[in-house]
Amino acid sequence: MSGMVEKTGRGLWLTHLGLIVGLAFICFPIYLAFVASTVEQQDIVRPPMPLLPGDKFYENYRDALLSGVNAPVWRMLVNSTVMALGIALGKILISLLSAFAIVYFRFPARKLFFWLIFLTLMLPVEVRIVPTYEVAANFGMLNSYSGLILPLIASATATFLFRQFFMTVPDELAEAARVDGAKPMRFFFDILLPMSRTNIAALFVILFIYGWNQYLWPLLVTTDPSMNTIVMGIKQMFPSGDDLANWPVIMATAILAMIPPVAVVIFMQNLFIKGLIETEK
Amino acid sequence: MSTISLKSIRKSYGKTEVIHGIDAEIADGELIVIVGPSGCGKSTLLRMVAGLETVTSGEIAIDGKRVNDLEPMDRNVAMVFQSYALYPHMSVFDNMAYGLKIAGRPKAEIAERVAKAAQMLQLEEFLQRRPRELSGGQRQRVAMGRAIVRKPAAFLFDEPLSNLDAKLRVQMRLEIKGLQRDLGVTSLYVTHDQVEAMTLADRMIVMNAGVAEQIGAPLDVYQDPETVFVGGFIGSPPMNFIAPREFAGPDTDLPDPLARAVAAGGENMLVGLRPEHMALCAAGEAMLTGTMRYVEPLGAETLVHVALGDGTQITVRQEGIAEVPETGATCPMRFDPAYLCLFDGNGKRIRTGG
Repeated sequence: MSGMVEKTGRGLWLTHLGLIVGLAFICFPIYLAFVASTVEQQDIVRPPMPLLPGDKFYENYRDALLSGVNAPVWRMLVNSTVMALGIALGKILISLLSAFAIVYFRFPARKLFFWLIFLTLMLPVEVRIVPTYEVAANFGMLNSYSGLILPLIASATATFLFRQFFMTVPDELAEAARVDGAKPMRFFFDILLPMSRTNIAALFVILFIYGWNQYLWPLLVTTDPSMNTIVMGIKQMFPSGDDLANWPVIMATAILAMIPPVAVVIFMQNLFIKGLIETEK
Repeated sequence: MSTISLKSIRKSYGKTEVIHGIDAEIADGELIVIVGPSGCGKSTLLRMVAGLETVTSGEIAIDGKRVNDLEPMDRNVAMVFQSYALYPHMSVFDNMAYGLKIAGRPKAEIAERVAKAAQMLQLEEFLQRRPRELSGGQRQRVAMGRAIVRKPAAFLFDEPLSNLDAKLRVQMRLEIKGLQRDLGVTSLYVTHDQVEAMTLADRMIVMNAGVAEQIGAPLDVYQDPETVFVGGFIGSPPMNFIAPREFAGPDTDLPDPLARAVAAGGENMLVGLRPEHMALCAAGEAMLTGTMRYVEPLGAETLVHVALGDGTQITVRQEGIAEVPETGATCPMRFDPAYLCLFDGNGKRIRTGG
């Protein structure tokens, strides 16, 4: 493992310097957003912008959380959380079941179904957004959590990943379970699900962030500010016309919007990495 | 008390028939080994008994009850897989208990039965471990344990030892045999290893290309093969097959059935002789001569490889201390006519009827 050889002297410093510069490059805008969320409106609009946090942290965050611009941010955070959780868990559940069906059961047109699912990988949400909106509207799902979640819940990517994983599970395991008397769903819950748990964790992280960052769909399907999600909510805060933007509150909202995905990544990190290094088959 | 009976079992995949009608009766408590080269259909046959493959035609009965259309668990059989197929996320205890849990047995009974099996297999200290923390031999034991706790009507073994190293294989072979004797459970055991088959079996089914070539006790099969295939597959080194015209050396009188065969021309006939029934001898006593090729000294015995006039390679087994001719030397050989087997042009045994 030549990459693991310890560097000494100048090489070590250069490596660190490179990493620090890269990190600063990525973190600086976030830091700036944080600074902007702790100062007053005048400090931001009058150049140069301050580079050190101000003393309005508490006021700005309180304003953002409790009143916001159109809707209180806590409300939007709840909406986003419900949507992201719903999308992540729903996608995992549906993909697990459909991958299970495709890998373990012989039914007519099985190949066809697989390819149909696979084909939808090529269609991003935006392509089918108008007909999907029509369907959602006809079902009366506008301005509701089901409207936010259900149309995004099918996932070809996750189905495909689980299918690939299930195909690496030895057939003899399924046969052993059958000889032990396990019916298919019992096998699914007792054997397949626990074996996929690290894959599920990894997918959960990815899908939660995917759900959290949805912008276009919530923008279409929610008109009531109390149903806004945080990511679209930030944009809604920008004033139309000649109004003045309340930048400190907007920046506080942006910082708040970043916290849940970061928390998910940090808390799931262990399982996530375990899923990548652990081979128990 | 369980018997297994197979009546003209056939299996086809699409239009290709892979098993061409097998009949066998397995008595209660018997250990039957199905042995054959890879691709002969032996695993397919076992999987049909287990209920993992459908039966195209014929009937499988366990305890006289037709089970063709029953799910594996309703057949009350337990199977030990080649890869052991242990559930990787479950402890050894849970692996063994899983079948009983599904059957809805009370917890106390499950614990007791698993404990008993674990004790029998010396697995007690490993009960809380995961399969990946066990050695190959221990995993093999867990797989056995999973079969034992079910108290099934029959054990089905699908090449259970082929993933172990040679030494462990010999040890586990004896353990399996001992366990099967103690428990008295009817067993079907599939292997491609003829030594395993010989040492384990009460009776063995020698399969080739989807046909049961011979069914019988190991020594009967060894000494009295029905076909050229059986003679060649069972025994290591295999039986020698010699064309009758090679015996034409007039020095010694040939024994009667062979003499008649030689006289009749016996073009496609083959004479089967086990290596241990042949011996190198003085030139005057020769029934057969060939050219010495090479020797394999194994210590207790030496295998002498000889090429006959028509190029046929044969093996003569002799004591390790016996003298060996040089490579390229002419080898006069004789044999004990009592052990001679004659096969016809189709590889079937010719029984001279006394």
